[in-house]
Formats: sequence, structure tokens, C-alpha cells
Amino acid sequence: MDKPFAITLDVGSSLANKTGSWRVERPVYVDRLPPCNNACPAGENVQQWLYAAEDGSYETAWRTLMADNPLPAVMGRVCYHPCQTACNRAQLDEAVGINAVERFLGDAAIAAGWTVPVTAPMTGKHVLVVGSGPSGLSAAYHLRLRGHEVTIYEAGPKPGGMMRFGIPSYRLPREVLDAEITRILDMGVKLELNHRVADIRAQMSDGGFDAAFLAVGAHIGKRAYIPAGESAKILDAVSLLASMEGEERPLLGRRVVVYGGGNTAMDAARTARRLGAEEAIVVYRRTRERMPAHDIEVEEALQEGVLMRWLSTIREADGGRLTLEKMELDETGFPQPTGELEELEADALVLALGQDVDLSLLEGVPGLQVDDGVVVVDSHMMTGHPGIFAGGDMVPAERTVTVGVGHGKKAARNIDAWLRGSSYTPGDKHELATFDKLNTWYYADAPHAVRPRLETARRTSTFDEVVGGLDEGTAAYEARRCLSCGNCFECDNCYGVCPDNAVIKLGPGKRFEIDYDYCKGCGICVQECPSGSITMVPEQI
Amino acid sequence: MTTSPIKFYQVGSFAVGNRLLDPQHRSVQSDTGRSNSINSGHRACQGCGEALGARYALDAAMRATDGKLVAVNATGCLEVFSTPYPETSWQIPWLHSLFGNAPAVATGVAAALRAKGREDIRVVGQGGDGGTVDIGFGTLSGMFERNDDVLYICYDNEAYMNTGIQRSGATPPAARTMTTQAVGPNPGNTFGQGKNLPLIAMAHEIPYVATATVAELRDLEAKVEHAMSLRGARYLHVLVPCPLGWGSASGDTIKVARLAKESGIFPVFEAHDGEVSSVSKIRRRVPVEDYLSLQARYAHLFNPTRQDEVIARIQAGADRNIARFGLLDEQTEVAR
Ligand SMILES: Cc1cc2nc3c(=O)[nH]c(=O)nc-3n(C[C@H](O)[C@H](O)[C@H](O)COP(=O)(O)OP(=O)(O)OC[C@H]3O[C@@H](n4cnc5c(N)ncnc54)[C@H](O)[C@@H]3O)c2cc1C
Ligand SMILES: Cc1ncc(C[n+]2csc(CCOP(=O)(O)OP(=O)(O)O)c2C)c(N)n1
Ligand code: SF4
Ligand SMILES: [Mg+2]
Repeated sequence: MDKPFAITLDVGSSLANKTGSWRVERPVYVDRLPPCNNACPAGENVQQWLYAAEDGSYETAWRTLMADNPLPAVMGRVCYHPCQTACNRAQLDEAVGINAVERFLGDAAIAAGWTVPVTAPMTGKHVLVVGSGPSGLSAAYHLRLRGHEVTIYEAGPKPGGMMRFGIPSYRLPREVLDAEITRILDMGVKLELNHRVADIRAQMSDGGFDAAFLAVGAHIGKRAYIPAGESAKILDAVSLLASMEGEERPLLGRRVVVYGGGNTAMDAARTARRLGAEEAIVVYRRTRERMPAHDIEVEEALQEGVLMRWLSTIREADGGRLTLEKMELDETGFPQPTGELEELEADALVLALGQDVDLSLLEGVPGLQVDDGVVVVDSHMMTGHPGIFAGGDMVPAERTVTVGVGHGKKAARNIDAWLRGSSYTPGDKHELATFDKLNTWYYADAPHAVRPRLETARRTSTFDEVVGGLDEGTAAYEARRCLSCGNCFECDNCYGVCPDNAVIKLGPGKRFEIDYDYCKGCGICVQECPSGSITMVPEQI
Repeated sequence: MTTSPIKFYQVGSFAVGNRLLDPQHRSVQSDTGRSNSINSGHRACQGCGEALGARYALDAAMRATDGKLVAVNATGCLEVFSTPYPETSWQIPWLHSLFGNAPAVATGVAAALRAKGREDIRVVGQGGDGGTVDIGFGTLSGMFERNDDVLYICYDNEAYMNTGIQRSGATPPAARTMTTQAVGPNPGNTFGQGKNLPLIAMAHEIPYVATATVAELRDLEAKVEHAMSLRGARYLHVLVPCPLGWGSASGDTIKVARLAKESGIFPVFEAHDGEVSSVSKIRRRVPVEDYLSLQARYAHLFNPTRQDEVIARIQAGADRNIARFGLLDEQTEVAR
């Protein structure tokens, strides 16, 4: 070192005094599991891609996201974002708008034409995927990335499953869906439309497939027994929504009643409004709090003038008239009939009472187990029949696009291992980065950026997308609201706050190291780390 | 002139660094080229606030003066733990003379440099609260009154720590020290008039007086930088928690300093020519109890019986600071 100004004599430096020997505990850098990542059914590294988005590295962010989920533009629109429910920032001001940033990245990728190259050597194995819903597409994508040949058989005329034939276009524009599906197919995934698999075992041996992933969804609308006169117009919500993809718009009439309290009921009612129904009335046997529909969907339906009849069941339908019975909740929260009846005019009754799985393609498959109408799979997503895996709506789990995508990824990993004669074991989960691990003093107050919404007048007359996207500035702002829970984001706090200069800064992207020669183990760095990325461990003495 | 908070979102201007900021807007401490004025291997206790405060302040002064800096140190922990013969931790020109004469020595160094026509070389005097508010007080007042070209920095750990925690003129009421034991009807230090050196310095109407804590690095650095842009007598009073003397956890040093400010116990402000020119607002207000209860020197206020009256008196003092210096923003939420 050059001698500083006015220093002429060498003096002994205190560096000779290795104060590290005083230590009884040592700080160590750790990566904890952010609650968003932990909550994501698709297993996204949310914190990691937000980190990349923060400095405008959108392509890196998108690629990080794509490592887990091939449908970010779709997911950024329809996912119910359990990540945001788990987000630590919610305890500070409001959760980070993860979903909005995901959509921004997904849209940016479509606009820029980013693609994912298949670099793995081809394995020569051929996997059959049955169904091109989110689960099938995700499995196909992840299997392809691992070098397998993949063919999807799809019964319908177009790919996408419920993303196309269920979710209305005002929530998921079809050009977005098409772009993301095309990107997967362009990776060399084969798709055969209008190909219903009737017998899975025959299909596998005919096609010489080495393994199969089933994701046929749940498409049979559940019926309730409602005595109905001949003139009553009764249809099920799934068929109604599916018919929206056809040439002709279904005719529903002026007053439409939707029976059920789930998201499908909301979509059916909102679709009815857009098709010209002056009144769309949701009849549900419990209360709003007990509705399975997500709050935001109920909220948006109400904004669009959808009416709700809580605590009512439908007893009878006849000639444009329904008979409702009032219910009341008993102590266990279960609705009980009161005997009190009332009439409601209705030109059409739409049943949105849930869906069953069509399991006919699985008949006679040995070892296969069905429980409560869904196919049982083990922790490897494999059915009781070796080589046949399943996921999405047809297996026991929450029925969402995101869960389907997660199943597809998990199944692909397991199929890959199975084809190679081994078994996939997921890595150990890191300790959760809970709110109490953070030092929130260091985070500036920054309210949540709100996504623009279409004005209601246009929402009831058109199928234009309701929720808008973020612009680049707002997306970066939103990404930067991330607290980076449990993961170092190089804020330099540890480097600054050490009274002993015992933290070494390694430079951008390389994080820090503790200089144990001098670290006395005071623990200030641990206390002052905003993101909870350092912990104290006892010294072995 | 205080730091205007930089509006980026993940961390505000509160953290030491931020990868999203232009390098020139980053703190001195985030820079790998910082001078580390006081280097590793010093013998300060684990978590010493004084060692940290001195590096923060002097590194900022080094950057502000382009490395042309001489520091004069009073006797005290900072001198003893940094320079046991034949070693030193100082990586800057540094002089030590006596416990009570650091301001006078600093004046002399400044005079000598002026005589040599080297007024480009700047002088910092520094010491603990004992060296500053007690034994060095006369020479410091002289330095102020003559408006000598020195920045004097007091690292206030609220007692004579180096000789084993004896009370100083800056020891707060009710605090236990070795000479104000927690015994008798009024345990701990008495509720006196206090000796508020920043206000006394302001009474000298010197160009610049400021207070700071080790909990707000950017504020501290900005104040040092500003002080070095001025000539004449300047005074900076930095609150530096002492884990040993205060009985706080070594890892809590910055937290304790932060709570001192957020409770109103330690007002952070600056003054030009005798007038307060800006204050650091309280961001997340806390009751004084949050601050007191982290420190064993106040343990007798909570155990074996809670001394509500004493706590209320300390709270009243903090409230008075808040009113007097205007420490609350209208929006500042009152926690509890
Ligand atoms: C109206 C509605 C709205 C919804 N909204 C949302 C939402 O906003 N967010 C969300 O996360 N989830 C939503 N969901 C749920 C979500 O759409 C499903 O959970 C998801 O699509 C299930 O994916 P999957 O791949 O398992 O099945 P599906 O998407 O149902 O796809 C199955 C595919 O398999 C094909 N298939 C079936 N049988 C055969 C066969 N024998 N041979 C060949 N192909 C076959 C089908 O034609 C279909 O294309 C909604 C569902 C509905 C009905
Ligand atoms: C004239 C004189 N009296 C007493 C001492 C002993 N002494 C050395 S340091 C010190 C106390 C220092 O207290 P403070 O200035 O607050 O610094 P701290 O150690 O707390 O940082 C004392 C009393 C001395 N060195 N010189
Ligand atoms: S006694 Fe206090 S001031 Fe002295 S070295 Fe220890 S912590 Fe620092
Ligand atoms: Mg002292």
C-alpha cells in the first residue's frame, strides 16, 4: 500500500492481532426459502426472477421464470397467485404485485419473440401426453427440455384445455394463449388435434411410447337433480363457456340464473352479461364468505352488475320460472332448508356445480386406482400402473392452471428419471424466510402499483380483456418492492456495519464473505441484514 | 442540508448500498475503496459502536478531503483499543496527546498547517464524551470561540468506558454506571440538568453543529461531508452505543442507536451559525421503554418492580425533544 499523506515511519499494524479468536459464534450467509417460492404450485423461483427484473434484466428474469413455468403470460393473467397471499411484504404495506410482473415478462417475451432452446442431447425415448391443457403442455415442455420426443394427443379441435374452453377471453385473450402454446410446439413437441384417446394401453403400444402422462382434466359438468318442465332451458356452465369458442354465440335470453358459487359460476354469469343478459343472477346455497370463488372474481362480477342470491337452492324449474328455497346455516356452517319458497323468473338456468373426470380411457388398466372420481398418484406423480403418470384436474389436488403446470413439471422430472432407470428425489427445502427473520427498517415505504382495469361499461358489452398490464416503469417499480426474503441482494449492509472491517465485498453478483481472522462474532451484520440472509452458529470449541 | 432520501424502492436511502444506484450516489461505506481509517485487529469489544462510528465519520472525511486529513485523538477507548504499542489500527495520520487537550492540540495542528501554507490539509479532533463534555470542555469551548478550522467529533457512549464505566456529564438520568449504582431510593444517575454539548456548541454560534447516530449512515456521512466543505469550528456529536457499558447485546448496537432516535431520546438535527436548520424526522415512533429495556444499565427500571414514574419521566424528556425539535412528521404513525 502507498503510504498515506504525512506517514513516514512504518508502524506495526493491528492486523497482527487476529481478533477472530475471540469469537464464540460465527455469522454465516444462508439462503432461506422465500414464502412466495414456497407457496407457488408451479415451483417458481419468484424472488430470483424479481431480482433480475429489478435492474431491467427482463430477459434474464423471463428465462429464470421459464425454467419452471412455460406459460408466464397466461399465468400472469389467470393465476390466483398464492405467492401474493404468502408474500412477507403484505405484513409491511401490501404484497408485491408478483402476478402483474409475471404478466409483464410474459408479454415482453411474446413481443420480443424470445424462445427457449432445447440443448439436451436427444434420449431416443418417446413420451405420450394425453390432453393439451396446462398440465399436459407443461409436461411436454419439460420433457422436451430433457431431450425426449413428445407427442400430445388432444381430443379437442384446438389446444389449451380449460384455458381455452373454460376461461373466458376477457380474462385470457386467445392470442396470448396461442403465442405461448406455439412457443412450446416450436420446440419440437408434436400435437395431434381431434385425437381422443379411448384406451391408453392400446394407444401406448400402437405408438411405441415409453411412458405416458395423462392430463385429461375434468370436463363433465355435474348435474343436480332439479325437477324441470319441458320448456325449461337448462345447460351446464362448462358447455356454455366451451361454446363461446364456436362460430355461434349461445342464446340465453334476458334473465339468466347461474347455480353455484365457484369461479366457473362467476365466469358463466359474467359471460351471460356480455352476451346481452340484462340480469345475470348467481344462486348459491351458502353465504358470500363461504363461496369457493376467489374474492377478486366475485368483486369483478359484482362490478359488472351480476346479482347474487345467497342462501338459496333451486327446487324446481319450469317455463321461464324457478322455485327457490331459502336456506339457513346451522352451527357447523352447513346450509339447511327452511321450507320458505320463492319464485324467480329465468329464461335460462346455467348449472355451475363442478366437474367430474371422464376416466373411460383408463378402463382395465391394471394397478390403476381411482378414488372419489379422481386418479390416485404417488409422490412421483405415477399412477398405480408403472410408466403411466397423471396430473392436473384428474388427480386429487386443487384445480387451477398453476397446480396443473406444477404437476406437469414434477411429472416430467419423474418420467425423465424413470426412463433413465433411476428415481427423482427433490432437494431439501431451505428453512423458510419468515417475516420475523427480516429487518424491515431498511425497506422504503412503497405502495403497491395498481393494474389498470377496463371501465365497466365496456366490460358488460365486449369480451375485451378486463385487467390491463403494467408498463415497463411500473413493472420495475413493482419488482423492486420485493424484500428479497432470505436471499442476499447485495445491499452492502453487512459490509458497512461491521465494526471490525471483517466483511469482504466480492463484487457485483458475487455477494460477500466473512473474514474469520478478524470477525469477533458480535452479530451486528445478522441483526442489520434486511433480508435475513445471515445467521449465527456456535463455534466448535 | 440533510440527505434527501433517494426514491428507489427495495431499500430506500436506509441501507448502506444499493446495486441499483449510480456509484457516485452510493455511500462511502459501500465502496470497496473506502479508506478503512481504523482497520481490523483493533481491540474494541464485540459490537463496539465507537469503533464503527469512528470509521463511518473518518472514512467520509477522508473521501471529502481527498485523503488530506489529520486526526487528533483524546484519551479514551478509541485511542486505547486502536493503538496499543507497537501496533495501530489507524490508516490515517493520527496524533494522541492527553485526555483533556485534544481540541487544543487540534487547534495547534491547524495553526501549524496554516503557517506552512498547507490549508488544503484538514484537521479533525475527536474524543469520547468524557474527553469532550467534561475534561476537554474548556479547550473545546476555546476552539469554538476562536473559530479554529477544526471539525471536532464527539463519540458519545454516555460514560467513561475506557476506565470501567464511570459517570460522565453526558450520562443520562437513571442509567446505572459504576459510580451511579442501582441502589438506594433513586437508583442510577440523578435527574440533573444534563449537559447538552450540541446546544452549548450552538450557543458559540459556530458555523456548523450536528448530531448523528451509527444507525443512520447516510445522514452521518452527509453531515461529515458538509462539515468538510466549511471552514472554521465545526462540531459533530455522534451517539455510539457501548455494549459493555450499556449492557446491550453486541448485535444490537445499531438497533439501540436507532431506537434512541426513533423514541425521541436522542434528537438528530443540524444547525448553522447557532440556528437549527434541519431535523431528522422520526420514521417509526416507539415508546422509550423499547429503547430502555434492551439495556442492562436500565434493568432496575423493570426489575424487580417496574418504576413507572421513572419511565414516565424519561418519556417526558423524549416528548420534550420531539416538541422542541419538531421530530414528528404529521404522517408519522404513533405506534402504541
Ligand atoms: C370456467 C373456468 C374458469 C377457470 N378459471 C381459472 C383461473 O382463472 N385460474 C386458474 O388457475 N384456473 C382456472 N380454472 C381451472 C383450470 O382451468 C384447470 O384447473 C386447468 O385447466 C386444468 O388443467 P388440465 O391440464 O388438468 O386439464 P384441462 O385444462 O381440462 O385440459 C385437458 C385436456 O385434455 C383433453 N382430453 C380430455 N380427454 C381426452 C382424451 N381421452 N384424449 C385426448 N385428449 C383428451 C381435453 O380436450 C383438454 O384439452 C378454471 C376452470 C374453469 C372451468
Ligand atoms: C487527566 C486524566 N485523567 C484520567 C485519565 C484516565 N482516563 C483515560 S480514558 C478515561 C475515560 C474516557 O472516557 P470517554 O472520554 O467518555 O471515552 P470512552 O472511553 O468512553 O470512549 C479516563 C478517565 C487520563 N488518561 N487522564
Ligand atoms: S467498552 Fe464500549 S466503547 Fe469501549 S471498546 Fe468496548 S464497546 Fe467500545
Ligand atoms: Mg465515553
